[in-house]
Amino acid sequence: MASLIRITDDWDLAEDCVQDAVERALVRWPGDGTPDNPAAWLTTTAHRRALDVLRRRRTEAGKLAELAERAERTAEPAAELDPYGSAYGDDRLRLLFTCCHPALPLAGRVALTLKTVGGLSVREIARAFLVSEATMGQRLLRARNKIAHARIRLVVPEPDRLADRTAAVLAVVYLIFNSGYGGGPEADRLAEESVRLARLVARLLPELDEAHGLLALLLFQHARRAARTDPAGMLVPMAEQDRNGWDSAMIAEGLASLATARGTGRPAGPYRLQAEIAALHATAPSADATDWAGVVAAYDHLLRLQPSPVIALNRAVALGYRDAPEAGLAALAEVADQLTDYHLVPAVRAGLLRLAGRDDEALAAYHQAIEAAGSPAERRLLQRRIDELTG
Amino acid sequence: MHSMKYMMFVATDPEPGDGKDAIDIEDWISEVCGPKRLTGDRLRPVSDATTIRVRSGEVLVTDGPFTESKEWILGFDILDCDDLDEAIEIASKHPVAHAGRIELRPFWSDEED
Repeated sequence: MASLIRITDDWDLAEDCVQDAVERALVRWPGDGTPDNPAAWLTTTAHRRALDVLRRRRTEAGKLAELAERAERTAEPAAELDPYGSAYGDDRLRLLFTCCHPALPLAGRVALTLKTVGGLSVREIARAFLVSEATMGQRLLRARNKIAHARIRLVVPEPDRLADRTAAVLAVVYLIFNSGYGGGPEADRLAEESVRLARLVARLLPELDEAHGLLALLLFQHARRAARTDPAGMLVPMAEQDRNGWDSAMIAEGLASLATARGTGRPAGPYRLQAEIAALHATAPSADATDWAGVVAAYDHLLRLQPSPVIALNRAVALGYRDAPEAGLAALAEVADQLTDYHLVPAVRAGLLRLAGRDDEALAAYHQAIEAAGSPAERRLLQRRIDELTG
Repeated sequence: MHSMKYMMFVATDPEPGDGKDAIDIEDWISEVCGPKRLTGDRLRPVSDATTIRVRSGEVLVTDGPFTESKEWILGFDILDCDDLDEAIEIASKHPVAHAGRIELRPFWSDEED
């Protein structure tokens, strides 16, 4: 798909031709047998179809000449395109940079990345973001129109812009993950897709440490997916999760990615630091046995790079475990006035008060937290805490 | 592939930057743009603007800009670029980008097909 867009410079045509090739395959493969290299067969068929269509568009004689010239310039015969080889990889990279171009609206970047790089259907994307298929179709169309009208080209950015633009790609991948975090099956699909995208970016831009840092972070978080809810669908806080339910293969992959990020020798960026924190959780035998000093140190480092009251809130929790709940409460008091609208503040305060054994104050804070809770699942968990304290 | 024309609106910003890294406008025109800039100019302030409408055959002339806004257009340039990234690169070096803001709009007539 990516190589076809590059050669035809026409997103709709490329998509139609790929669709057409897939339909032909469905008709022919059962009878003729599946070709040795199905991906190459599809690519060649789609390319031939694109040539046919362009040839029929007589008025676009110039475009045909350009296509022929470009096909020649790309030098590799379509039949030899290897889906896992560098030629294909470069096309996916160009496509990623284009889909995540900062000149596109953020929601459009997310949708376009899932559609053209991830291969999700419009229906799947629409369901995951709780909008109608028509709305999502419009969103995709507007993004594609802007690419065509403002001429955003399918290229890897110049070296002096690469770091900025890679940060934009990583932000979209992270946003896709967070859109899927802790939701239902549709949302799970997003989380899985974002892990796949992060793997792709890390493979295609191996020298960029933050790509490996983001991949490690997503792997550690996604490794906990099964333990995050109990069989009744109730949220389980990390401290109480069954760590045998964590995906150990995914944690191992995360540790390897984190080692690769460290191995670049660059100063740690925000994704790597968050991955360092997630790694300390992922490798700890229990909440109590976690290296909380290491967690607090990583949050301190992160705060120096990215001053944010939400990060300070997380640091307050870690401090509560490292020293004593009272120390966490003191740190929380320092940031609370910057977080008046953040719904998790009363819940965090309630948790620290509970750990400190200040049950009456904890109970009051849990009631406050229920008022502010962001989701029914959070509310149920908070209600259980109230029941525990009053029961 | 033929080039694409972009209108570059040079405007003020309600949250202005300090402009300390801004280069001289003459350097921007000669060294950054070269042949990529077809034309451009500064515009007199909105107090010198005149707005015209024709309704029911009557020409309505009013003093001031077409929109009441805290921001206003200081000037314009027309760029002829290979793609949006090149136009962004050129726009990002305009001195007003460091203090105000710049809007790039592709020309309608340059659309392919």
